[in-house]
Amino acid sequence: MLDRSLAAIRGTGHRVVNGVWRLGFASRFFLAVLLHSGISFRRFQLTIKEIYFSGVLSLIIILVSGLFVGMVLGLQGYETLQKYGSESALGTLVALSLVRELGPVLAALLFASRAGSAITAEIGLMKATEQITAMEMMAVDPIARVIAPRFWAGVISMPLLAAMFSAIGVFGGYLVGVVMIGVDEGQFWSQMQSAVDFRLDVMNGVIKSCVFGVAVTAIALFEGYDAPPTAEGVSHATTRTVVTSSLAVLALDFLLTAFMFRGI
Amino acid sequence: MERTTLDLWVGLFVVAGLAAILVLAMKVGNLSTFNMSESYTLQADFDNIGGLKSRSPVKSAGVVVGRVTAITFDNKTFRAQVSMVIDKRYQFPKDTFAKILTAGLLGEQYVGLDPGGDEQVLKGGDQITKTQSAVVLENLISSFLYSKAAEGDAKK
Repeated sequence: MLDRSLAAIRGTGHRVVNGVWRLGFASRFFLAVLLHSGISFRRFQLTIKEIYFSGVLSLIIILVSGLFVGMVLGLQGYETLQKYGSESALGTLVALSLVRELGPVLAALLFASRAGSAITAEIGLMKATEQITAMEMMAVDPIARVIAPRFWAGVISMPLLAAMFSAIGVFGGYLVGVVMIGVDEGQFWSQMQSAVDFRLDVMNGVIKSCVFGVAVTAIALFEGYDAPPTAEGVSHATTRTVVTSSLAVLALDFLLTAFMFRGI
Repeated sequence: MERTTLDLWVGLFVVAGLAAILVLAMKVGNLSTFNMSESYTLQADFDNIGGLKSRSPVKSAGVVVGRVTAITFDNKTFRAQVSMVIDKRYQFPKDTFAKILTAGLLGEQYVGLDPGGDEQVLKGGDQITKTQSAVVLENLISSFLYSKAAEGDAKK
């Protein structure tokens, strides 16, 4: 009995120490990425290649999801608003919910599962097949050559993807609301324009998506870099990337929203 | 280093992303309709501002000419001090009348400016002296009830 409870306490302590250890390593890793990112701008070709892989190839899923999310918002918003006779506010509802919340958050979640998992798997396999060690042997810094370009590519792609998500979502809401249901077009756009502020809504959405880009890519890169060099280790790391970065995005979203729109 | 097709795709991606931000700014947001590059500030004191908020529009003859920037409470006069920025293109006479009005029956509240006939115009930092407070629904109902009750008494 005593033995078992002692073992439980020891296990908990072990896990806590391990977690703190990993957190410290992650912070040092993040700092190293920032310090070694000169090369990803001097040799921008490296970053461009990564923007292609994580940004351009995520376009399809982002655009299709954005269109459908906007269309669903249009339908559901219309159903609720018409009960109060204010269908003309449909444009406001669609635009504000996309620009402030759904655009940045959903784009980041999709980005985490589409590009983040790929980054983790790639880095993890590079480590498992000792490509990273080989680079170190050739006096090539793997952080500067492999990690930093991927990091900056993610940070650059994320706001662009989120903006495209919001823009096409508004178009989807327009398609359903105005073209399909028949809300007045002039009211749809004019109410939207009077309610959406550029600095307060659009720019805050862009800032949010930049923060999400940093969080998702940093988590994906670290999980890949820290993965045990086995098939199982890489698969666990990939799962952890999606789970951790999704949770991080949602938690950060709450914090940022609290700061931006309530002004605590 | 030479150009590759990869560059083209990434270039297109970046252009599309920036275009999306531009669309959000111009078509969805209000950057195109109301650009206050040149503006001046006016002050007005109200007894009661009702539901006026900062960023509420300031309208004259129904046209948006500015925005409310700050609302503070003056502890000496016990009145609300409203600051608003007005587009430099629009000038108002010194005896302009500021009212707090409501758009529609339950809509948002805004400041309405009725120009007077003075030769001199308001400049930055000036105070609008003639103001009319917001109509508070409870006060309206209670005064209506009182007048009804008074009518009933008179008839007896």
